[in-house]
Amino acid sequence: MPYPIKRLLVFPLVMLGVAIFVFVAIRLVPGDAITAMLGTESGLLTPAQRESLSAYFGLDQNWFVQFWRWLAGVLQGDLGISTTYGQPVMTIIWEHFPLTLELAVLSMLIALIIGIPAGIYAATNKDRPSDLIVRIVAMFGQSTPSFVVGLLLVYLLSVGFGVLPEMGTFVPITEDPVANLAQMILPAITLGTAFAAAVIRMSRSTMLDILQEDYVRTARSKGMPRRRVIWRHALPNALIPVITLSGVEFGYLLGGAVLVEQIFALPGLGRTVLNAILQRDYALVQGSVLFIAFNFMIVNLLVDLAYAALDPRIRFESK
Amino acid sequence: MTALLKDVARHPSGRIGLAIFIVFLIAAILGKTGLTPYDPLMQDRVARLQGPSNAHWFGTDLFGRDVLSRLMEGIGQSFIISFFSVGVASLLGSVLGLTAAWFSGLWDGVVMRFMDVLLAFPAILLALLIITIFGPGTWTSVLAIAIVYAPIFTRVMRGPALSLRRRDFVDAARTFGTSRSYIMTRHLGLNLVAPLTVQITLALAWALVTEAGLSFLGLGTQPPNASLGLMLADARNLMEMAPWLLWVPAIALMLAVLSFNLLGDALRDILDPKTRRRLA
Repeated sequence: MPYPIKRLLVFPLVMLGVAIFVFVAIRLVPGDAITAMLGTESGLLTPAQRESLSAYFGLDQNWFVQFWRWLAGVLQGDLGISTTYGQPVMTIIWEHFPLTLELAVLSMLIALIIGIPAGIYAATNKDRPSDLIVRIVAMFGQSTPSFVVGLLLVYLLSVGFGVLPEMGTFVPITEDPVANLAQMILPAITLGTAFAAAVIRMSRSTMLDILQEDYVRTARSKGMPRRRVIWRHALPNALIPVITLSGVEFGYLLGGAVLVEQIFALPGLGRTVLNAILQRDYALVQGSVLFIAFNFMIVNLLVDLAYAALDPRIRFESK
Repeated sequence: MTALLKDVARHPSGRIGLAIFIVFLIAAILGKTGLTPYDPLMQDRVARLQGPSNAHWFGTDLFGRDVLSRLMEGIGQSFIISFFSVGVASLLGSVLGLTAAWFSGLWDGVVMRFMDVLLAFPAILLALLIITIFGPGTWTSVLAIAIVYAPIFTRVMRGPALSLRRRDFVDAARTFGTSRSYIMTRHLGLNLVAPLTVQITLALAWALVTEAGLSFLGLGTQPPNASLGLMLADARNLMEMAPWLLWVPAIALMLAVLSFNLLGDALRDILDPKTRRRLA
């Protein structure tokens, strides 16, 4: 059976696993959802009010009934009602996901624009001082956790230029692209740093391998200019692993960057799930984790398909 | 083991990584055994928010506590959590990966699909979920980070174990009547030490970052104990007034992660037979 089809077949199975896992896990968190939802006011509830609230959110049933009801809803595109927002989970996800998506796209752009040229440059100047500098920078970039990069950027900006990043209300890109980009650029650089470092290291090492391949030597011995060999023959092949790496990283970023969203006070998906966990908002945690896992698996599947499409050796080697 | 250490010391990035790691390890041991310049918890209200000086090399924090002493304790805390969590994750992952490859069939399917489920979660959110279930603390962090990274070890072990299983020397061992557990630990396990070692060093780097991130969010090490993530969180509102509070833990965390990444790179070069020839 071809690999992508096998992957598609296990897809629903893994999604069901994720659904069961998160359903049980969030219910193991001590404290009940109604108390967490109302805070101190929950003490004022009469037992009858508490019961009717539980019944409204379906929390009065046992776990099996709750799970089947929820699963039946999910299959019809209904992820339930959030206890903290009092809105459908789907609405909340669609409200916060665009920011996370934009952040992921921007960081990937930054990573690719910096990472690929730097990696190729280092590979074609192997063991020269410039290669060493690129490698050292990439190593440091990879070793600095993104939330530390974020904190340092905020510090440098506030001390060096006396400005603090705009952390008021978030402006969606559809309303005011300029204001939106002004808010998003620092978080995007923050997430893009480690991402770019990974791209540099990957493109450098694959380029080095490819430059030793026979077809590169053949092209050179035919008298083809070095630059043309690099751009026409080596680069397209060197990009394949970079695409895989970027795809996987992108998939991770779609899950929301909890820490970076927290530092820059961005209402993305990561922070929404974080707050939902702390608030024991069962429906919201279940729905958004399922959504994140779904995206992650779709992106990974696409990466695999792209990999097979780009590398003919893999395409024809189907077992 | 000594031969491996010698190889690492001879490798350019391995040497730097090893040097940084040893410095941090000493700081961690001193920090955890209480051999710090000051008591990390001792407050000195008069000497609050003082910059680096001879008395306090890395300055003092909002409560007049010595930053160097807190840093040493924090590194110790981070190391304990990272080492234990990676230890548990690698052990769990090795057992699952090896048995999945060996028994294949149903067991393989169950293990690997469960690992797929765990991998589909964003790492930090999975850790957060586990911590909110059991309540924050050192051992909860260890458990959370171990569960997050166990699937990666399982995959790293299963792949090569699958191909090793079909090799002649394994068949030979079986015809001699060698027991399954002996083949798994001696013939498969020992051959997988190389990928495992590389993965352990890299996982240590991630574990440090994850621990710091969890503490930064207030769900890891609890105050007044020190940890790198907590120090960074405390520095957030004071960074303009007392920038050293930010720089000290930030650089420390970066160097610690760097040392493991450098060691990982060096080990990969040394243990990979292809690059080994190039190095020699």
